[in-house]
Amino acid sequence: MGNKQTTFTDEQLEAYQDCTFFTRKEILRLHGRYRELAPHLVPLDYTNNPDIRVPPTLIVSMPELKENPFRDSIVETFSEDGRGNQTFNDFVDMFSVLCETSPRELKTIYAFKIYDFNRDSFICKEDLQQTLTKLTKGELAEEEVALVCDKALEEADLDGDSKLSFSDFENMISKAPDFLSNFHIRI
Amino acid sequence: MPRKTDVAKLEEVGIDIDAGSDSDDNVTQKKANRRQGAGRGGARGRGRGKKTASEDEDEDEEEEDEAPRGRRGANRKKPVKKRGGGNDDEDESEDDAPKRKRGGAANRKKGGKAQDSDEEDSDAGKGKKGRKGGAKKGGKEEENSKGKKGDAKGKDKGKDKDDDKDKKKKKKKDGSSSDSNSNSDEEEDSMSEGEMARLMEEVEEKKKLIANIRNKPWRMKRRLVHLKEAQAFVDKFEGALGKGKGRKWYAYKVMMTKKWIKFQRDFENFRTACIPWERKIKEVESHFGSSVASYFIFLRWMYGMNLVLFGFTFGLVVIPEVLMGLPYGSIPRKTVPRAEQATAQDYSVLMDFNGYCKYSVLFYGYYNDQRTIGLLKFRLPLSYLMVGIGTFGYSLMLVIRTMAKNADVGGGDGDEGEFTFAWKMFTSWDYLIGNAETADNKYASITTSFKESIVDEQENQKDENIHLRRFLRVLANFLITCSLGGSGYLIYFVVKRSQEFANRDDLSWYEKNELEIIMSLLGLVCPPLFETIAELEDYHPRIALKWQLGRIFALFLGNLYTFLFALFDEVNTKLEEEQSIKNASIWAMKEYYANYSRMVNDTEAIPPPMNPADVIRGPCWETAVGIEFVKLTVSDIQVSYLTILIGDFARAVIVRFLNYCWCWDLEAGFPSYGEFDISGNVLGLVFNQGMIWMGAFYAPGLVGINVLRLLSSMYYQCWAVMATNVPHERVFKASKSNNFYMGLLLLVLFLSLLPVVYTIMTLPPSFDCGPFSGKQKMFDVVMETIDLDLPAFMGTLFSYAANPGLIIPAVLLMVLAIYYLNSVSEAYQNSNMELKKKMQMARDEEKNRRNNTDSTNQVMKDLEDLLPNRSLMPPAPPEPEKPPEPEAKPTKAKAGSAGKGVNLQKDVSLASPNPNARGPVNRPPGPRGPGPGPGPGPGRGRGRGPPPR
Repeated sequence: MGNKQTTFTDEQLEAYQDCTFFTRKEILRLHGRYRELAPHLVPLDYTNNPDIRVPPTLIVSMPELKENPFRDSIVETFSEDGRGNQTFNDFVDMFSVLCETSPRELKTIYAFKIYDFNRDSFICKEDLQQTLTKLTKGELAEEEVALVCDKALEEADLDGDSKLSFSDFENMISKAPDFLSNFHIRI
Repeated sequence: MPRKTDVAKLEEVGIDIDAGSDSDDNVTQKKANRRQGAGRGGARGRGRGKKTASEDEDEDEEEEDEAPRGRRGANRKKPVKKRGGGNDDEDESEDDAPKRKRGGAANRKKGGKAQDSDEEDSDAGKGKKGRKGGAKKGGKEEENSKGKKGDAKGKDKGKDKDDDKDKKKKKKKDGSSSDSNSNSDEEEDSMSEGEMARLMEEVEEKKKLIANIRNKPWRMKRRLVHLKEAQAFVDKFEGALGKGKGRKWYAYKVMMTKKWIKFQRDFENFRTACIPWERKIKEVESHFGSSVASYFIFLRWMYGMNLVLFGFTFGLVVIPEVLMGLPYGSIPRKTVPRAEQATAQDYSVLMDFNGYCKYSVLFYGYYNDQRTIGLLKFRLPLSYLMVGIGTFGYSLMLVIRTMAKNADVGGGDGDEGEFTFAWKMFTSWDYLIGNAETADNKYASITTSFKESIVDEQENQKDENIHLRRFLRVLANFLITCSLGGSGYLIYFVVKRSQEFANRDDLSWYEKNELEIIMSLLGLVCPPLFETIAELEDYHPRIALKWQLGRIFALFLGNLYTFLFALFDEVNTKLEEEQSIKNASIWAMKEYYANYSRMVNDTEAIPPPMNPADVIRGPCWETAVGIEFVKLTVSDIQVSYLTILIGDFARAVIVRFLNYCWCWDLEAGFPSYGEFDISGNVLGLVFNQGMIWMGAFYAPGLVGINVLRLLSSMYYQCWAVMATNVPHERVFKASKSNNFYMGLLLLVLFLSLLPVVYTIMTLPPSFDCGPFSGKQKMFDVVMETIDLDLPAFMGTLFSYAANPGLIIPAVLLMVLAIYYLNSVSEAYQNSNMELKKKMQMARDEEKNRRNNTDSTNQVMKDLEDLLPNRSLMPPAPPEPEKPPEPEAKPTKAKAGSAGKGVNLQKDVSLASPNPNARGPVNRPPGPRGPGPGPGPGPGRGRGRGPPPR
């Protein structure tokens, strides 16, 4: 970082390294990025774990997330209050899960949360519709959307309750060839 | 109280007390003997034992007249019983003491408990315990039957004891943390072995938790808290775990492990900091998606590999030759011939890698055939051959390893078509995209692909004119075959012509470089031509891309091999030529000496050696081949760089600035900006690497040139792609093609291995240049080393090994092994399929059985945990899907109290709840906590206790 002032103590850095997939340098860089979002809000000194939340509107403006159709859902998923206000911990958590080295299982869990827009622990038809609308920017016609949702449900829903539970989702994702390569963000 | 009885009682008590203190002493001694044997329970027992003894006095005063006899009888009986039961002295005395103590302290629950704990804790061996337990029981019965008043109390005691025992056992199983908690002060000096094992296990578990905590789907806060706790626990108890002399060593080991972990982490940090171009690639990635980035990652990988090859070649061949070999001009092969000396420094000659370049370390011919060079007796010829072979070995290993790794990461191969729509929906967005334009393209391509799939779904097999399409496809393939054949012939023709040209001196620049120009032009013209022809076929774009790649590959390969065959022709003519030159050279040498002796008129005088520049040389076909490869590589670099400069940069400049004064929109219309041609670039890279592999043996310097090329091309192409290209309209996936590229690389590696191995094994090396000159075959240098440097038995060993009688069985064995492995893998595949089917069935069944609304899965619980923390949330409008939650919550609370964070990983991997495991949950959570499943095991409930302080 080049700052004389310490941002984290060594113990904090070690703990973060234990809890995430990041190296020391990356954690410091993450803090830099986090601070960039709201320089007046986030202190440089994080040794005493200040309880500061950055609102979702600022986080979503990061270039890494700016173009992502699911950005709001991502930010909400990883925020502790569920409304997108993220502490630094949440922020680190988000990029740790989305980084390249995190395992498929973990990513699957969070992907499920992200695509579960109404937070009912199931991906139901509305969630699917919302996903599809976001993915295609609403370019598909109504009946096309309905068809695609039906098809997707038909494929992945094993128990026939016309919504995807986590195990359905996991089963489907575990075979997807592109999931790991696409579901990651480099910071 | 009557004095008499008092005395009698006192006597008794005195005995008891003595016995008690004796036993205490015994215990302490034993403890000392058995190191931690008696354990902290013993200490506790001691304390309580004393207390009991003192209390006994009061109590005994009351019961005095009723109890004594029976008690004494019991006392007496027990040891006897003991003696019968246990021969072991130590055992006996150990049991003796507490029994007597109990005799005195008798009915006190506390005493009993203390004793029990004493016994149980001190006994590590189960068998011993069992024996003792039996004896004790016997004693108890005796007591019960004999004791008059102690009857009821004895019963009481028995019950208590049993209860206690139960409790103890339970505690042992699940409450070690609480145990250790309450006794942490006594922990230090004494600890039973069983407990230690438990503690050790727990520490191990905590360690595992620390190692895996990043994989847990928890909030960061929770993770940090758990981590801190676990670390504190480990720190606290790890040091205490050693015993006696071993403790220091153990502490040391623990410390070293910590240091090692720290070092590893630092090293990892350092290593990631050393990976070059991370930011650059990231930038490209965010603009162009992962497919373009995959090219740059591939380029970086290539660079790494070539760096290693460069290290080998330069470290073991080039630098030793420069430092220790004979200097330039000392022998003919290291000197420019007199005829060429005038032009040897001309720029044009140097650019053709003639003149001084040809007689430098860059090429094969420069190396001397001295067996050893320098003070270190470095065996250069051997090292040269080994590096040549090692280059292939290393590359082969690396490529295959990377492929295997890639295949591993790929995860489930996925049954194509099973989840088309679901995959498209959930995995098609590339989270790396951070550029608006790319994102727009991605949106468009996703929409298109959805529409395509919908159309596919709607009219699955609807081919309006299958005959026309078939005809067009045949036609397209015919055209492409023609052009492939044509380009092959063209190259052959040009190579033939260049051989003619080689004998003439009056050549224009074009005629000199005809071969390279033609090959580069073909590489430039043919791929677009193929693409145009492929339009006829009307394949799905992904299939079309595969075809396109295959065709370009065929073209490159054809060109390469035509080139090689022409080269071999040349080599053969050179070999013939060499014979005559060899004779001429020897003759010239003799003539020189004869002339000298005639002129000096003294046959005895030793003539001065001939000037190396004047010696007649052979054609040295190896150097010629090396020069061809170097020239090809250099011209390839030039062409690709110029293509980027003109095709991309100039085009971008024109489109950008002419757009202001043009009739139509240049940016959106016809020329537009270039796209980054991934397949072409990757194939170019792959074939370039093939050239390097083939040429490196004849021109060690080629590897250095290639390293420079890759380095510059990294920066240059990064700049070019960012400055002049636009994202693909159809952003295609990178993940699968990655191994596809690797496969191409492997194929090219194999194909470039063939000619080199052929030349090494069959062609005779030139007689007057290179490290193998004067030998019949290049590999003779290995034979020579075996004969001269290794002990004699090694030579015989090798001769045995080279015996066909051994080689043929070896080959047979290998074939058998391949066959066996193949059938084994097939069997695995079958069982895999079977398992998959079974899993599917089990899943379905379970789904049917399960009520879908409640979910007791551990993962589901974690998911619940990840739900927004309601306490932090301001009163939001109530969600419509609230009902399922309260249902899931209680189960969570119940099971959560059980294995929170202990077996979580397992649960996550299992992913589906075990229906059996939910049985016990329905029981009210007692002090014991629900024992989940049939096999709780010692590890199951460990984490259940309150966190240790």
